[in-house]
Order: sequence, then structure tokens, then C-alpha cells
Amino acid sequence: MKRCVLSAAVAAIALAAPAAAEPVRVGMLVTLSGPAAALGQQAVDGFTLALEANGGRLGGVQTELLVEDIELKPDVAQTKARALIERDGADVVVGTIFSNMLAAVFKPVIDSGTILISPNAGPSIFAGRNCHPNFFAVSYQNDQNHEILGRYAEEQGFENVFLMAPNYQAGKDSLAGFKRHYTGTVVDEVYTPLGHQDFSAELARIAAASPDALFTFMPGGMGVRLVRQFRQAGLADRMVFLSAFTVDETTLPAQGEDALGFFGGGAWAPDLDNEQSRAFTASFEATYGYIPGVYAAFGHDAAMLLASAFEKVEGDVADTAALQAAIKAADFTSLRGDFRFGTNNFPVQDFYLLQVVQRDDGAFHTSVVQRVFDDHVDVYAADCSMN
Amino acid sequence: MSTTLLLVQVLNGLQLGVLLFLIAAGLTLVFGVMGFINLAHGVQYMVGAYLAVHYYAWFEHFGLALLAALLTALALGLLLEALIFRRLYDRDHLDQVLATFGIILFLNEAVKVVWGPLPLSLPTPEVLSGSFVLMDGLLYPTYRLAILGAGLLVAFGLWVVVMRTRIGMLIRAGATHPHIVSALGVDIRRLFLIVFGFGAMLAGFAGALAAPILSVEPGMGDNLLIVAFVVIIIGGIGSIRGAFVAALLVGLVDTLGRSLATDVLRLVLEPSTANQVGPAIASMLIYILMALVLWVRPQGLFVARSA
Repeated sequence: MKRCVLSAAVAAIALAAPAAAEPVRVGMLVTLSGPAAALGQQAVDGFTLALEANGGRLGGVQTELLVEDIELKPDVAQTKARALIERDGADVVVGTIFSNMLAAVFKPVIDSGTILISPNAGPSIFAGRNCHPNFFAVSYQNDQNHEILGRYAEEQGFENVFLMAPNYQAGKDSLAGFKRHYTGTVVDEVYTPLGHQDFSAELARIAAASPDALFTFMPGGMGVRLVRQFRQAGLADRMVFLSAFTVDETTLPAQGEDALGFFGGGAWAPDLDNEQSRAFTASFEATYGYIPGVYAAFGHDAAMLLASAFEKVEGDVADTAALQAAIKAADFTSLRGDFRFGTNNFPVQDFYLLQVVQRDDGAFHTSVVQRVFDDHVDVYAADCSMN
Repeated sequence: MSTTLLLVQVLNGLQLGVLLFLIAAGLTLVFGVMGFINLAHGVQYMVGAYLAVHYYAWFEHFGLALLAALLTALALGLLLEALIFRRLYDRDHLDQVLATFGIILFLNEAVKVVWGPLPLSLPTPEVLSGSFVLMDGLLYPTYRLAILGAGLLVAFGLWVVVMRTRIGMLIRAGATHPHIVSALGVDIRRLFLIVFGFGAMLAGFAGALAAPILSVEPGMGDNLLIVAFVVIIIGGIGSIRGAFVAALLVGLVDTLGRSLATDVLRLVLEPSTANQVGPAIASMLIYILMALVLWVRPQGLFVARSA
């Protein structure tokens, strides 16, 4: 009896307490184990930096960050997504790094009426036909990163380009994206097994074809091996190395000077010239001891975007429609400067050609060379029926 | 495809074959002699690579790092044998698979805890950092030749040990008639320990050798393990000679397949279709080869055990 009274009293106090006392819960679904763990870690670090810089608040609202490792397994991702929403009561979900993981968590998160924000993955299906008012990509549509290099190769007037990508969906999308803006001759298209170790056979073919440039998409360890073997084979002096997700801040510590001068593309680089980006790079490196890559920057942007939205709705995240509108307004200072959402809730932003450079202290990072696309809208936006 | 390119691809194929042999040699001995399925052989390759990177940071000398990595890989192999594998010899294969798979998971995570999830790299040793022109515009790093040489040397050394020494005789006898060897007063458990430690060291050696051309990362041995099993099945389980021939065969088929499959298919299919189908067929070739060999010679190319 006594216990009953006590719990009733506790309940009464809980109900009487102002709504603000209960923190907003942001769930984060990223891959933090396996070889690709570094990307997810960057996103978490970027988000956490923004949260901690504001004393655990986003837009003045006390915010609790719940990070879940979804590995690289769709079933794990689905289970963790449900647990975040049903068990932990997450108000907003941020995730994922990989496109196939996004496909896995999309349904459970969106079906529950929760807003989902992608800090990296931007597959075509959610940009086009299956776009949804509750889904936002703070990053890009995947193809755009490959289009940058295609457009650049076109502008440079490269006559022959050799294309190489791993034999899976993202690899095929990559080469299709490159060719969307490149009208020159593709001397050969080579698909390697995913996780390919030794590129010597492919490098011999590239040397025999002797193109003006190689365009490749070799994420993670594949990129480390390719860059190294490409340099060792002496091909770096004979052709331009164009790539997407192959030379970035997660792979450069291992690639080092072998990648020097190689080209990549993206919407952000650590030396992007604006005030907030400079401040972010400096404080990130001071806090975590490594140079942030695009994954960290987008993690940070996701936090800043949510901060602006939480402020607009004054912490009332229960009103999904209001929160949705507040996010769509994108009323925040992005590290990329110019930023807004298109009709399909994917960014309309500038894209740059990036090149690997070495800093005075010896560290390597990607650096902005030139703007390739201005306010670029992805090709799938036309298929999205939202306004 | 020009003849030069073909020759270059043959060289690349041989080099892959030699690397595969170093991994498969240990695997086939352990599997053939002890009847023990060691899935953890692939992570021992990975650990060898990580150790080489680690010791290189200490000694800043490739040779010393390699030596230290070998000794540590040997010690780790012996430790694993004493702690875990010894208890599994008398159990059935499923238990062995389960336990050694657990070791894969454990070591893959352990290297991430110790060295971090990012891929690491090991510089090429100074003496071997040169390269020479192999064909118009393509340099071939001297280091790759060194791998080829080291692999052939190890193959010869293994042949001498297994065929010409007393311990080799015991290993061969232990593979075919373990009970009789045991009854003759030979400590078969100690023999197993030696074979196991040696196999682990060979895998570690392969990892350390591969580190300067590949990237050192968690899980780097997992794919190679599967190919190594293909090699020992084609070669005949327990046969070093079989492993050598099969490794070169698999290396050549895989490399030439990947560079030729698409071109060959283009003769009969449209280019875009050939681009789709070619890589798929190329990655199946070694398994098709295995199936063919098993069909013609179910015991593999060379037979080690008579029992």
C-alpha cells in the first residue's frame, strides 16, 4: 500500500515537472565495428563535438545522444532501430553511413513516424520515387560525388579515361554517375571483386590502355592498396588519378605520400575556406587528435541542423509536422556555407574537386582545388513527388 | 591482348600463387597431419602483418621487424595450441570449426582494440624499394620479385624438411599412421605442437611479406583463408607438393581469368553485357577449377595419406 502511494506521488511529481526537464533523445545508428568502423566513429565524434560545445544542449534543449553500433548487418540494423524507438524512446534518429544499412533502417524508423536524418548515405531510391517527408539527407545524393570527377574530366578535355570499381551496386552506380557528365572515350571498364587485394593484374591493363586518366571508386582498405600499388607501378607519373571515396581523411593516414596529388571530389574538405569550417577543423583536431573527414563534418552538420530545428519548435519534438518543417527550413550555419534542402529533402549545394596535399606538420588531407558544381541538384529529385 | 601483357599477367599470377602457397602450406600440414580444421589460420596471417607493422615502428628496420614478427607469430601459435587447440584434437570437426571461428572473431576485434580500425601500412624495405620497367609504362617493384623469391625458397626449404629430415619423416608418418607412430614411442602431441607452431609462423610470414604491398586491416585474412582452402583441396590435403602446384595454379587462373574473362566474352556478347558477366565469371573460376579437379580426382592432385 505504501509503495502504491509512493509511486503515485512520483508519478504526480513527474507529470508536474516542466516538459523541458525531460531531454530530447537523439538516436544514432552507425557502423562502429569491422574495417569500416572509422567512418561511423567520425560521424559520432562530429555530432558529439557540437553537442558538447553547447553544454549538452542543441538549440537550447537538453539533448541525450544514444549511439548504437549496427555493424554492417541489415538484421542488426533493423533490431537496433526498433530498440532505439520502442525501448529507448528516441525522438529523432540519425543514421546511417552505408546505403545498404539505410535501406534496412528506413522502414522501421519511418513507419514509427520518427524523423530520420542521414549523415552520409544518400542512395538513389530515397532521393527519387521513395522520398519521404520524414527523411532528410544532410550529406549528398551518392551519385554526385562521382559526377564531380566526370564533369572535371569533361572540362579538362580528357580524351580517354579508364574506369574501375568494385563489382557491386555502389560500384556500378559510381561508374554510371561518372559517365553522366563525361562524353569522352571510356577505354575500358573494369569491375574487381569487392575487397580486392592485389591490383597488379588491373594495373597492367591500365598501363597497356595508357589513358589520360583513371577514374576509380575504391572505398576503405581497397583504396589504400590501390593507391599504393598504383604509385609503385609508376602509373602516377603517366596519368591523372581521379577518384571518389578512395583518398580521404580515413584512408590518408595509411596512404600518406603515395596519394599526394591524387584527386577526389566532395562537398567539404578540412580546408574549405569559411569561418565555421576553420573553427570546426581546429577544435575537432584538438579534441580527437585526428584531422576530420567529410563524415565528421556531416555528423557535425546533422547536430547543428537539429539544433536549429529544436530551437524553432522550442523543444517540442512531439509535434512531428512542426519539427519536419523546422528541419526542412535548414536555418543553420553549415560547415559547407551555402546549404538548403531540395524538394526531395536532399541538399542543394556546391561540389568541389579535391586534391591530396601535405600540411607543414607532415599530415595529409584533402584540399579544395576548384568548384565543379554550383547549387547542384541530384538527378533523382525529379522523380520525387513531394513539394 | 599483347604477348607482353600476357607475360606480365603470368608473372602477377605466379606472385599471387606464391603468397597463397605460404598460407596454404601451414594449413595443409595442420589439416593433413593432424586432421584438424583450423579456420583461425587466416587471422594468423593478419596478426603477422600487424606484428610486422608494430615492430617496424620500434626497430625502423624491415629485416628486424620481420624476424621479430616471425618469432612472435610462432609464440602466438604455440600459445594458441597449448591453450585451445590441444583440447580440440579429439573432438569432431564441427567443434573445431566452432572454436577456431571464435578465435577469428576474437582476434579480428583484438587487433582493432590494439591498433585501431583504420588500415595501416608498412613501407617497402629500402634495399628492395627499386623497380624496373616491365612493359611500356609499367614498373614492376623489385619487392614483388623478392616475395616470389622468398616463396620459392620457403617451398624448397619445406620440401627438404618434409622429405629429407627425421622430423619430416615423422610428420609424414604421423599423417598416414598416427597410432603406429605413437605406439613406436614418438610423442605425437609434441609433433603436433611443432607442426602447428610452424604453420602459424608461415602464415605470419606471409602476412608480414604482403604488408608492404597490401593494406594491414582487421579481417584481411578472411578472404584469403577461403582461397587457401581451395588450394589445399585442389592440391590434395596434407601434401606440400600439392599445395605448391595448386597455389600457383589458382594464382594463375585467378589473375589470368580476371584479365581475360571480359575480353573473351566480348567476342560473343555485347560489350556492356560482357562487362557485367565477365567479372562474375572471373571470380567463379577458381571454384570451377576446384569442382573440376574434384570431379576427376576426388582426392586432389597429389595424395598425401594412404589410409
